[in-house]
Amino acid sequence: MSQHLYVSRSSAVAARKLGGEMMIMSGRDSTLFTLDEVATLIWESVNGLVTLDEIVRRRICAEFDVEPATAVRDAETMVEALAQHGILLISSEPILNSNAPAGRAK
Amino acid sequence: MQEMASKALKLGAPLNVHLDVTYRCNERCVHCYLDHEDHGEMTTREIKDLLDQLASAGVFFLTLSGGEILLRKDFFEILAYARELTFCVKLKTNAIMIRRREAQRIRAFGVESIQVSIYSHRPEVHDAITKVKGSLERSLNAIRFLNSYGLKVIIANVLMVQNRQDYPGVRALAAEIGVECTLDPTITPKMDGDRSVLNLNVDRLALEQVFRDQSLVGNVAEFCATSQKPDDDAMESLPCSAGHTSCYISPYGDVYPCVQFPLPSGNIRSQKFIDIWRNSTQLTEVRSIRLGDLPSCSKCVHGSTCTRCPGLAYMEGNMRGPSVQDCEKSFARTGIPSENLLSRKASRSSLVHIEQLGVNGAELGPVVGQRAC
Repeated sequence: MSQHLYVSRSSAVAARKLGGEMMIMSGRDSTLFTLDEVATLIWESVNGLVTLDEIVRRRICAEFDVEPATAVRDAETMVEALAQHGILLISSEPILNSNAPAGRAK
Repeated sequence: MQEMASKALKLGAPLNVHLDVTYRCNERCVHCYLDHEDHGEMTTREIKDLLDQLASAGVFFLTLSGGEILLRKDFFEILAYARELTFCVKLKTNAIMIRRREAQRIRAFGVESIQVSIYSHRPEVHDAITKVKGSLERSLNAIRFLNSYGLKVIIANVLMVQNRQDYPGVRALAAEIGVECTLDPTITPKMDGDRSVLNLNVDRLALEQVFRDQSLVGNVAEFCATSQKPDDDAMESLPCSAGHTSCYISPYGDVYPCVQFPLPSGNIRSQKFIDIWRNSTQLTEVRSIRLGDLPSCSKCVHGSTCTRCPGLAYMEGNMRGPSVQDCEKSFARTGIPSENLLSRKASRSSLVHIEQLGVNGAELGPVVGQRAC
C-alpha cells in the first residue's frame, strides 16, 4: 500500500519547528501535536508527489538505524493519524494541489 | 499548550507575538489606550519582512490587532502572507467592516480565532462607548457571518463604569449566537502615560460581584480563597510571559514586552527582531525579575495568587512594584487588602497626622474619607 501512498501537508494548519521538533495545530479542531525528530523529518519531506515509502527509505532509513519495513509501517500509522485530524492529506495518486479546505469544522 | 510554553521558555523562544498593524480606528472607544493618528506605520513590505523574521525566530502564535485591522488596505495581503508562513493567527477587531465577503475571505485563510469587542447587549450603551451609532448592530451582524462560516469567534467584553451591569446580557447574547465570551475588568492607562481613563475602572463593589459570579469564575469559594504568603518556590516564579515567551510590536516597529507593558526595547526598523529579542537590555532586565525581587509583592499574602501585571506596575512607575489595579482585584476577590494597599493607607494616615499639626483637623475629615483605600 505504501508504495502508492502520497502525502502532503494541509494548508489549514499552523506549524513551527521548536527545538528540532515540529509543533502543529489542527485548523479543524485546534488540537496541538508535537512531532518527534523522525516524524518532523517526514513532515518536512512530504510534498504530495513522492510516495511515503520512498521518503522513508531515502530520508529516514538513511539517517536512522531502522528496518525499512518497520519504518514504513510506523510512518503509515503516523500519517494516517494526522490525516484524521486534517493535518496531512493522503491519496493513492500524486497530490498536485495540496491546498486543503481551510477553516474550522464545528 | 503548557508543555509548549515550557519548551519555548527553556529555549528562549518567542512563542507569541502580538502585532498591531495600525493604531488607526473607526471607533473612538472611551477607554482606549491608543493614539489613533498614523505616525508612520510599517509598510506592507516591512511587515512581510518582519513576519519572515518572526517565523525564523520560532513564533507560533501571531495576534494581529490594532486599531482596527481592516483599515489597512493591505490587511488581507498581510493575513495571507502570515498564513503562508504557517503562523497560528488570531485576529482582534471591532468587526464593523466585516460583511459576508470579508467573513468568507477570513475563513479561507484559516485563522484560529477572531476576537470582537462587544461592550453591552444594549445599543445605547455599546454605541456610547464606541462613539459610533449603529456599531453594535454592525459588530453583531459580523459575528453572525463569521460564526456561520464555522470560524471561532470570541466576544471580548471590557468592564467599565458605563457597562458594569451589562455583562450578563452580553454573555446571554454570546450564548444565543453560539460564540465564546470573555470579561476583562482592567482598564489600561494610555500608552503615552495618561492615566485619566482609569477613572472608568469599576469600583470594588462591582469587582466583588464579578468575582462571586459562579458563571464567570467557576468555583467561587476556590476562586476567592485566601492564600499563604509566597513560599521559596513561588519566590522563584516568573511574573508573566511578557518578554519571556511573548512580546508586542507596534505599527511603527517598536518592540515592547507586552501591549500592556510599553517599555521600549528596540525597533525592527533599525535592528533585526531576533537581535532585539535576544540582546535587548530592557528585555534582559524584564527576564531577570522573579517574585522574590518584588519588594512589596514578595511580602504580600496575595503574592503567589495575584494577577499582578508587571506592565501596569511599570506604568505606575516601577516594574518591580505592585500594580494598584491588581491589588484592588485581590482585595475584591478575597476581602483581604494587599501589602501595598495597607502601606498606602498607613502612609496616608501619616500624611494626615502631619497636616493636622498646622491645619484644623475638623476640615480634614471628609478629605481623608474620600482618599481612604
